[in-house]
Amino acid sequence: MSLRTPLSNAKGLGSAKEGAHHWWAQRLTSIALVPLTIWLAFTIASFGEFSYSAVILWMQSPLVAVALALLVVTMFYHVQLGVQVIIEDYVSGWRKVASLIALNFACIAFTFMGLFSIIEVSL
Amino acid sequence: MAEFSLPANSIVKKGKIFEAPAAAKNIKRFKIYRYNPDDGQNPSVDTYDIDLDACGPMVLDTLIKIKNEIDPTLTFRRSCREGICGSCSMNIDGMNTLACIKAIDEIKGDVKVYPLPHMDVVKDLVPDLTNFYAQYASIEPWMQTDTPPPPDRERLQSKEDREKLEGLEECILCACCSTSCPSYWWNSDRYLGPAALLAAYRWIADSRDEATGERLDELEDPFKLYRCHTIMNCTNACPKNLNPAKAIAEIKKLIVQRRN
Repeated sequence: MSLRTPLSNAKGLGSAKEGAHHWWAQRLTSIALVPLTIWLAFTIASFGEFSYSAVILWMQSPLVAVALALLVVTMFYHVQLGVQVIIEDYVSGWRKVASLIALNFACIAFTFMGLFSIIEVSL
Repeated sequence: MAEFSLPANSIVKKGKIFEAPAAAKNIKRFKIYRYNPDDGQNPSVDTYDIDLDACGPMVLDTLIKIKNEIDPTLTFRRSCREGICGSCSMNIDGMNTLACIKAIDEIKGDVKVYPLPHMDVVKDLVPDLTNFYAQYASIEPWMQTDTPPPPDRERLQSKEDREKLEGLEECILCACCSTSCPSYWWNSDRYLGPAALLAAYRWIADSRDEATGERLDELEDPFKLYRCHTIMNCTNACPKNLNPAKAIAEIKKLIVQRRN
């Protein structure tokens, strides 16, 4: 039982004075992903042949490699921001903390895996 | 955790049926949620067949007729019966609205009347709005200034500045918007909800208020403000045709604006 007043409950732990950066970054990454994903879709669609050597050759162009790297970083940052919101909406208690930690680790790991692969192939 | 299924003691059972008088010609069926905290029973939905020829045009007229003539145990809030007090907010035909300004002939088929969604029910159509009102109080809905008022008159506001409060100051705190919002359903302990945020913006937008920065500080929080995902149910539900979603978007814009 709690004898806290309703106002005390409503105020809770107060404002975190944070959240604007998350909100703004989510919108910025969305905007950045529009040209990047369109570029990727068009380039793949206009591929003549999908042989291993043709794709390697394509990725060895510095412009392509940089664009792919930007796509990987932006995409996983966007995924992390978006899934974090879903977890905060629907999960609470220790499960929330555990899911958020797992999410951050996974997104960072996938980002580095993507970057390393791009570097490996394009060098 | 968000709740996706009803607890066992919230499952709604079939209730009593009250038939219309034999002479009635123009009959409309009302299905009304009933819950009595004192009898230990689950909630039920009672059926009332109403003779519309002997009833006023609004859903509230029917509820008052039922309470006066058919079943005096039916419990609901009402006061002004003209859409200005916000007491008779409830879920009618699947939409949160005010029973006093919802016309019966707008509703096809049976008229389903439930309390506002996802709130603790005190009795029948009366939800517990304690937290809702406390959240309103927490945004400090009064004018805050450092400049003392002029000694010989009230604080002045230009006509242009007064117009900025249109669409904000008409809110009657009926809670239709907040209780229609899925984000509020899952996180009403921490998310302020559209009604309190619209009220907060009403003071942020007021040219006479001098606490804009402090108000934005208090709102900038992942849960208090940013649980709003622009679902827009609030704007759809508002019986006064206000736009809480836009007010929340304005708050978010101001918070970004002061950073850059």
